[in-house]
Amino acid sequence: MNTSHRLRLPVIAAAVTASLVAAGCGSGSSSGPGGGSGAAASAPGITSTEILIGSHQPLTGPAAPGYSEIAPAANAYFQYVNAHGGVNGLKIKYKYLDDGYDPSKTVSVVHQLVLQDNVFSIFNGLGTPTHLAVVKYLNASKVPDVFIASGCNCWNNPAAYPYTFGWQLDYVREGKILGAYLKQHFAGKKIGYFYQNDEFGQDGVKGLDFEIPHSQVVSRQSYVPTNVNVGPQASALKASGAQVVVAFSIPAFTALLKLASLKVGWNPTFVVSNVGTDPTTLAGLLEAFAKKGGANVSGNQLTQGIITDGYLPTLGDTGNSWIALFKKVHDTYDAKAPLDGNVLYGEAVAYTFVQAMLKAGKNPTRAGLVKAISSGLPQGAAVAPYDYSATGHGGMMGGYIGVIKNGAVVQQGPVWTTDTTPTGAVTQFTGTQPAAPASGMP
Amino acid sequence: MTLLRHLAAAVAVGAVVWALSVQLNAFRDFQMAQVAVYVVAIAGLSLLIGLSGQISLGHGAFMAVGAYTTALLMLHLNWPIWAVFPASAAVTALAGAVVGLAAARLHGPYLAGATLMLAVALPSLASQFPGVLGGDQGLSVTVVPPAALGATFPPTRWLAWVCALAALIALVILANLGRSRVGRNWRAIRDDPVAAALSGLNVAALRVLAFIVSAACAGLAGSMLAVTTSLVSPGSFTLSLSIALLAGAVLGGLGTLTGALWGALVVVLVPTYVTDVATSHGLSGGVAANIPIAAYGVVLIVVMLVFPYGIQGGLRRLAGQFLPSSPTRLGPPARRAPTGERTEDLDSPYRRPPVSEHQEEGTS
Repeated sequence: MNTSHRLRLPVIAAAVTASLVAAGCGSGSSSGPGGGSGAAASAPGITSTEILIGSHQPLTGPAAPGYSEIAPAANAYFQYVNAHGGVNGLKIKYKYLDDGYDPSKTVSVVHQLVLQDNVFSIFNGLGTPTHLAVVKYLNASKVPDVFIASGCNCWNNPAAYPYTFGWQLDYVREGKILGAYLKQHFAGKKIGYFYQNDEFGQDGVKGLDFEIPHSQVVSRQSYVPTNVNVGPQASALKASGAQVVVAFSIPAFTALLKLASLKVGWNPTFVVSNVGTDPTTLAGLLEAFAKKGGANVSGNQLTQGIITDGYLPTLGDTGNSWIALFKKVHDTYDAKAPLDGNVLYGEAVAYTFVQAMLKAGKNPTRAGLVKAISSGLPQGAAVAPYDYSATGHGGMMGGYIGVIKNGAVVQQGPVWTTDTTPTGAVTQFTGTQPAAPASGMP
Repeated sequence: MTLLRHLAAAVAVGAVVWALSVQLNAFRDFQMAQVAVYVVAIAGLSLLIGLSGQISLGHGAFMAVGAYTTALLMLHLNWPIWAVFPASAAVTALAGAVVGLAAARLHGPYLAGATLMLAVALPSLASQFPGVLGGDQGLSVTVVPPAALGATFPPTRWLAWVCALAALIALVILANLGRSRVGRNWRAIRDDPVAAALSGLNVAALRVLAFIVSAACAGLAGSMLAVTTSLVSPGSFTLSLSIALLAGAVLGGLGTLTGALWGALVVVLVPTYVTDVATSHGLSGGVAANIPIAAYGVVLIVVMLVFPYGIQGGLRRLAGQFLPSSPTRLGPPARRAPTGERTEDLDSPYRRPPVSEHQEEGTS
């Protein structure tokens, strides 16, 4: 028996050495700061020819359907920019890694991007729980953390997170805009809430409560994404006599609530946040879930009349110059994906990044990018201006109300803007959205 | 003697880890910390399955217990890291005792089912008590290197040191336990519980003890994971984590500590390496995203086909074929290198003498 004991020490030591040396070889060329050729390197990730940026995205796992289209769409727009001269002559290289919507993996891939690949910036990291896992690390490492794919109001905290910027309309503002619409158009009606019990749903409810009189709210039901049985919530909402239901839910749970309400014979007006209403995704989910339960439904018929909101031009508005630009880019570089809300989102956020990089100037630095965004960005593909300043790192300030008709969102009325405070009014946006530049470059 | 030998080995490995952590870049340091996390978790599970003959599909849940204990102790009581690790292991050991009491009465698929339930149910408690456990957002854990190391000291190197040290201490304890009377008793109840009971062993108590030790390892690993990822949230402790641990244990070689190292290396490094290769070859997004999962599956299948007793079993087998022919100072060849496949446990003192197996191989 002694023999095997004595073997152990050298075996373990050799094992550790061999494997880690092998692992070390894998890191190869990227060990130097700035990664490679650049005599002109002004910051990590910048070479004389290239800007390397990175992201964490749910390419597999529960959040992948729909959301996995976003990064390839953003990359399509970057390819378009690269083919048209790049950003001050530098080509954008976008490396997005799969985190499967698992915060531990997010930490791992973001460390890889920052420490090994030496990315210039993290761009459009997707998800609230996932990105919360890395936001402190990125700020401690002074890595720009721009245009997060989450509407959590928590990103807007320049004192704690000076390098972090939101992008899309945050859920508090969204709740206020939907709430103001309900107060005006459904006065005196009984309203029920249905929301995801996390930062997303709670922020939305906060915004709704700022606008809707509390006496009108007859029931507040929440769900957790891990429990797909929403029958009890539908029954409770029905029993409360709610005539309108406002849902801050992801698409799968919008569909589940719709089907559960049909089951209990309750047919309220549905008002659903932007996140939960991409009509293509929603119709597909409704049909798939109904089929599992042994029923055949028409998704487009069930989504008909759902009230929602939007912050990018609607896909149905084919005369819009932005939609025309993004369709052109999509058809050239990302034709395999369906042209839906997720693709539009990815291209639009990529456009904003190029705006910011151009503003950061010829020899961009990390601090320079942060400064460029903090001093404000011109309104691009968004229907409302951005809230970027030294004290505001939020994102878009407003959106419009829309209704789903025949499987597409149709804008109703003007664009509304507001702030995130309890008393700030929801006001009509008086400016007009500039047309997309003919070159397609900011 | 055994203790000294294991300590010497640990010091040697520690020196290698230290040298590597200084040489390699910051991300490799981070990966070393991750490997340390998985080594501890897999070693604990490997001990449970390989030595005591029980199975658990719920070790991800034990890691969650350890991780949440860590987060709560650090957030509310500001405990230092050296106190948090053993405390988390102790709390999880307690949880392991509760589960172990039930587990000792269950066998095979029933035990797998019960522990599977644990893996599915436990993390969702965090969503039920968002006030204390932070809901889906989780709790954040902040660990900074001590100021004495200087302001520019890479935080990931500190993580690698802390985790490697904790892992080595845990492994030394496990190695001694495996060699001790308790370890021999575990092997006995695994190989033949009836015979073991007739020999006077308390089979149920030994099974519970194995569960406790194994859970403590998982708790320590969870605690290390919390420190490494700086966040504890239910999304990190899904069923796939429990399955990954099991796969790592089987891949490396059940019942051996070196095997746990191989398993951890595969679990941590293969996905990263394959993703790099896949993305650098310009594969389309949908394909590249799924290649790591596919590659992992291929590795699993190949290892199981080529080395049915895991990587460590395979290596020992190779060593057994090559070494005996050379002159050696390690003892007579017939006694040294294991080549048998009679028992899962490569360390088992009850393994049959390898002489007859050599003869079998000669004829094949």
